[in-house]
Amino acid sequence: MSNEQDTTPESGAAGSALLAAHTRAHIDQWVAKFPPGRQRSACIEALRAAQEQNHGHLTRPLMDAVAEYLRLPPIQVYEVASFYSMFETHPCGRHHVSICTNISCMLNGAEALVAHAERKLGIKLDESTPDGRIFLKEEHECLAACTGAPMMMVDHVFHEHLTAEKLDQILDELK
Amino acid sequence: MAEEFVNIEINGKPVKARKGEMIIRVTDVNGDYVPRFCYHDKLSVAANCRMCLVEVEKAPKPLPACATPVAEGMKVFTRSPKAIAAQRAVMEFLLINHPLDCPICDQGGECELQDLSMGFGRDFSRFTERKRSVQDENLGPLIATDMTRCIHCTRCIRFTEEIAGVQELGMIGRGEGMKVRTYIEHTVDHELSGNVIDLCPVGALVSKPYRFSARAWEMTAVPLISPHDGVGSNLYGHVLRGKLMRVVPRQNEAINEIWLADRDRFSYEGVYSPERLRRPMIRQGEQWIETDWESALAQAAEGLRAHADSLGVLASASSTLEELYLAGRLARGLGSGNIDCRQRQRDFRDQQADPLFSGLGMRIADVDVLEGLLVVGANLRREVPILAHRVRKAAGRGATVGLLNPAAFPYHFPIAAALESAPARLVGDLAAVLAAALEAAGKSAPEHVAPALAGVQVGEPHRALAAALTHGERRALWLGALALRHPRFADLRSLAAVLAEITGASLGILAEGANGAGAYLAGAVPHREAGGGAAAKPGLTAADMLARPLAAYVLLGSEPWLDAPDSGAERTLAQARCVVAITPFDSDALRSVAHVLLPAGTFAETSGTYVNLEGLWQSQSGAATPVGEARPAWKILRVLGNLLDLSGFEYLSSEQVRDEVAGLCGASSAYTAPRYAGRHRVTTEIAAARVVDVPMYWIDALVRRAASLQRTREGRTPAVTY
Repeated sequence: MSNEQDTTPESGAAGSALLAAHTRAHIDQWVAKFPPGRQRSACIEALRAAQEQNHGHLTRPLMDAVAEYLRLPPIQVYEVASFYSMFETHPCGRHHVSICTNISCMLNGAEALVAHAERKLGIKLDESTPDGRIFLKEEHECLAACTGAPMMMVDHVFHEHLTAEKLDQILDELK
Repeated sequence: MAEEFVNIEINGKPVKARKGEMIIRVTDVNGDYVPRFCYHDKLSVAANCRMCLVEVEKAPKPLPACATPVAEGMKVFTRSPKAIAAQRAVMEFLLINHPLDCPICDQGGECELQDLSMGFGRDFSRFTERKRSVQDENLGPLIATDMTRCIHCTRCIRFTEEIAGVQELGMIGRGEGMKVRTYIEHTVDHELSGNVIDLCPVGALVSKPYRFSARAWEMTAVPLISPHDGVGSNLYGHVLRGKLMRVVPRQNEAINEIWLADRDRFSYEGVYSPERLRRPMIRQGEQWIETDWESALAQAAEGLRAHADSLGVLASASSTLEELYLAGRLARGLGSGNIDCRQRQRDFRDQQADPLFSGLGMRIADVDVLEGLLVVGANLRREVPILAHRVRKAAGRGATVGLLNPAAFPYHFPIAAALESAPARLVGDLAAVLAAALEAAGKSAPEHVAPALAGVQVGEPHRALAAALTHGERRALWLGALALRHPRFADLRSLAAVLAEITGASLGILAEGANGAGAYLAGAVPHREAGGGAAAKPGLTAADMLARPLAAYVLLGSEPWLDAPDSGAERTLAQARCVVAITPFDSDALRSVAHVLLPAGTFAETSGTYVNLEGLWQSQSGAATPVGEARPAWKILRVLGNLLDLSGFEYLSSEQVRDEVAGLCGASSAYTAPRYAGRHRVTTEIAAARVVDVPMYWIDALVRRAASLQRTREGRTPAVTY
């Protein structure tokens, strides 16, 4: 592989100043995993880091910054960000809570849990609490933890065998 | 390398196919049609519409023909019950969200979805739920959108990424929420953007200027040639009851493939501009009065005869070969050698050494396989969009492209080396590139350029440009319009010729206008007779004709005050005793200088010939009925010739005129134009120089009146002077 090719995404990134140092470090680490010139492959990880840095959602300037940093046409970054359900392109709460309502969880009372959570937080699915603490994500596809149904994912962590009490406890612990 | 072939069977027929080829290409060649939406010959394979599912023996499921490579012994069934069931199922899915608005859809009658649902769909729908609707996108003044009709084939997206080189469209969202979008509130500004209209298989992207004006089946397609640049793109004019309704590309792989520049596609609007001159007019004192052809022609002939000793003819370089030839004969018949159509050229010192015609020096199709290219003074994407597209193809294959331009124009291909060189420095910089190339080749400079090379400073950028040119075997060096308009063009060409010679590159002069090359063959330049022979008595150049007033002028499709804004044309022409304008367009500026206005047909309303930059003669017959009382300009010139008692003006058809020019040119009009063989002595000292970059949609009278093009971002850009 040629070393002459410019693979360092740093080159001339003025708008990408929006990305924090640790976000850049994370992206660099992922870019290094792919062959030179294939930095587009790091797009998902780059968006993940950018979303984390911004406490749970992506903004257009942030997506543009990622595009600039990875030297991609911005539209390619929008495509990825709008396709994957783990990316939020509108302001929302900082903790993402997805209660699985797919078949196994549904049979084990997931719908009652959703109703419970909605009542407790005073919001509907796809809404955030006014204090910006919790975002109840819209239905997720099956999260592949049917053995522990009903389950939910909170910020990439699985919680299984849920009951109303357990749900209360987990939600209360989110700061 | 010998190609490897495999033996496959299609619907029971044994067929030989190239190894690795996709099934759909093999079935297409063999005449077994497989329905498709996303697949397109010129674009990458996406395989996302699934319409081309076919049955392949031993495969458990139907396979997409566009993404399945052939293999030895493969048995493909395109019309088996399994294949048909798969195609019908896909069709049903595609139609779920597609509106049933064919009666009000512009694509109706030429819609791939409509055609395929006739051929491959069901006659009923089981879908009873609500159809989705999608908000339209504003893509600017050229492309109208109806995104609800989109079937997500992604052809437009792949076009912008792969052909246009600027990804402006993308797929946002997923599943039912998926839509094609630009990034927020962004118009599509590419010079080839209109091609997405042709690519879109449904009515999601349609032509905005043409919208709701006709139906595909009522129009007649007439082959035409684009009259704007030296490429000579092939067009179809779609004509309804004598009116040109729209322009679409005509496939010609040797020239424009299946693409068209927006300029070629949308300039037809100018044909019906409110500024069209509809009747002959003559000036009486300060009054303009409409009159009949007879009196207008008589008055024109009288004026020209009276001032034949001081007559100048300024012709548009986008006139047809026949018009240019007759204009030249008219001028010379009256004893004047003053005819020119190089209206923006400023330096004619070395014109005696001009080759037979200014051209590309190579075939347009061969641009794709260039390996080294140096472009001097050309805003390539603006001047010759189709050539720029071919350069992009070459660059994609590894060609190195070097640019020596007054500014860093945006390009859509990788650039190996570029140097911004202000007009005052351009000659010196080109000399330095030549010095660098001589140094690399270990050769010494020919005597006529040696003094110019003596003092030049060769820097790294110059060496890089020389290296870009000398890459690979197939090399070319082009001088573009900005070099042609340079006040020291002769020096540039002389240096370029030496550089081309020592590097084995072909030298191309990208003459402006659709007949920049043809003008030389037609004798529409002051120093050449028709057929290319040197004129016995060279007349005045366009610049000279406008520098000091003559008594009479003929303007053939030319508007010198706009074509060459720095020429002072309005002032000079106003002093003439008789100005006869043979023009499709009227304007206040024209009325202020002219005495007789003779309405001529535009490119779409006349038969004629264009000689493109590779020397290819392309003839067309007229498509549309001329507006008002306009007549093809060659007929007007012919009658003027008769009225002036000039001999040999008894032509009955434009073909007769063309054949006469062809006879004069003999075999020498073949595309291999003789190279520039002059030995112009170059000096690099230069005090100041200015070069005007005329915007893409301002280069000729027709495109200036194409309303939609004028509303694009490019159309609103003023001329830049470097």
